[in-house]
Amino acid sequence: MKSLLLLSGLGISAMLAELFNLKKLLFPIVCLGLLATIGVSFYDWNTDIHLFNNMLRLDNYALLFTASMSFITLLWFIGANDYIELETSISDKYALVLFALVGAFIMVSYNNLSMLFIGIEILSISMYVLAGSKKNDLFGNEAALKYFLMGAFATGFLLFGVALIYGVTGSFDIQVIGEYCRMNAGNLPMLFNVAIILMMVGMAFKVSAAPFHFWAPDVYTGSPSMVTAFMATVVKTAAIVAFARLFYGAFSFAPSTWQNAISVMAVLTMFIGNVTAVFQQNVKRLLAYSSVAHAGYLLIALVALSHFSGGAIFYYTLSYGVASLLAFHILFTVSGNKNEGADINAFNGLAKRNPLMAFGITVAMLSLAGIPPLAGFFGKYYIFNAAIEAGRYKLVLLAVVASLISVYYYFKVIIAVYFKQSNESAIELTGMHKMLYLVCVILLFILAVIPEMIVGLMK
Amino acid sequence: MVQDTMAQTLHGIPINAYLMLSAVLFSIGVLGVLYRRNIIVIFMCIELMLNAVNLLLAAFGAYRGDSNGQIFVFFIMAVAAAEVAVGLAILVMIYRNTKNTDIDELSRLKW
Repeated sequence: MKSLLLLSGLGISAMLAELFNLKKLLFPIVCLGLLATIGVSFYDWNTDIHLFNNMLRLDNYALLFTASMSFITLLWFIGANDYIELETSISDKYALVLFALVGAFIMVSYNNLSMLFIGIEILSISMYVLAGSKKNDLFGNEAALKYFLMGAFATGFLLFGVALIYGVTGSFDIQVIGEYCRMNAGNLPMLFNVAIILMMVGMAFKVSAAPFHFWAPDVYTGSPSMVTAFMATVVKTAAIVAFARLFYGAFSFAPSTWQNAISVMAVLTMFIGNVTAVFQQNVKRLLAYSSVAHAGYLLIALVALSHFSGGAIFYYTLSYGVASLLAFHILFTVSGNKNEGADINAFNGLAKRNPLMAFGITVAMLSLAGIPPLAGFFGKYYIFNAAIEAGRYKLVLLAVVASLISVYYYFKVIIAVYFKQSNESAIELTGMHKMLYLVCVILLFILAVIPEMIVGLMK
Repeated sequence: MVQDTMAQTLHGIPINAYLMLSAVLFSIGVLGVLYRRNIIVIFMCIELMLNAVNLLLAAFGAYRGDSNGQIFVFFIMAVAAAEVAVGLAILVMIYRNTKNTDIDELSRLKW
């Protein structure tokens, strides 16, 4: 409750800051507020509070994701200064990102389908506006429209599923639905199965799982780079957690057909994402496809739902979030705030132009590819481990093949950074950015040292 | 007296009829989104999808004598209004730049 109030209050005060001419103070206030949210999440640890007549449930799972998403948002704010302050309406951007975080908070802690809907919409509506926040850029316009149409379309499917579930069970409460599912496990009515399919389609759109991923690369490419960074990290985390909460809480006793459907989706997502990324020349688009592929790995943890996979999802989203954010920040600096991102050639000779950035992008790419001493490797390890414990050997085999493909395009960037020459001038960094890159790189190493501890937090 | 017969007739309609009606409305909405090329018409089709859901929720709520479903309808209506407000703002922004509301004009980002 405290974190919800804190985040909403921060968003509202960001909007008021414009009125009282406090724009200079906004950045420190927001950073302190986000740190306070992280602190409050740990203060509430192990309390399992039920809010609003059991509509939100702040269990450890929700608190941990709230803390991690607030942390990623904090890192995002530190690096996004240029994007935020480049044009007018600074406080609007602060407010929208904070409101999106409120939506994400509701999505990771809902216990009632109405809250799932509200959370998704709070998050999405803020993101539609942010995607189109460069008003004169045609790519940005197109991205905003595509995001809006696909988002609203997916919400329609989700809601039709919710309505059917309400018709069958008479409740929106996750526990009641789960109980109904358990009692009637053998002979669920047809309507209930249709509802599961519709909700699955709706959520698959939100996490950009194939075959419902086609909007993602376009939206990710067209939106301002920093908004894409937020979408690929916080929004994706919230969507996958909402998906997991729905299927773990409500449908865990439903027939295993949906598990098979999700595993097919996971395989498709990994292969389509990784194979298409191989052919991309634009690094922003490459990262967009890589983010689609990572949604596929996360879906594997969803198939293997167990007490174990919660920790795997948490570790994976955290390590993926930090690495992805680092990659997007560096891309943003290299491309000079151009909406369409940068060609791989723009990274040529980065090792000479700015060694810190070169090292940062290398670590980020290696972590995303899942190369051993980095956090990304352990993220994949825990997810594959959860799948093996659930007896899904073929799925793991295919996932390993898919991640081998991904190594190719991640290394393409690293090769451009270290082995190609360029006449471009050196890149100067502000102290803030240097600190941010260092923090991200160190985090990726630290996370890899203490994986057991982080996964263990979930138990 | 007239109202009584009206209520009786309404109670006489089986829940399956509502289910069929909203399924048909929902399908019309989905097909509209997929086939229409004008952005405003697509918005209307999305509204049609959401209203099919509203109808279904209200019907199930009345059928079960439970008000939760009908309260959810208010949530959907309020959120849909907010969503359309943002959608129309995006549309106006695009119209200012392209002088057009045809979705095929917007394919600069390749798949």
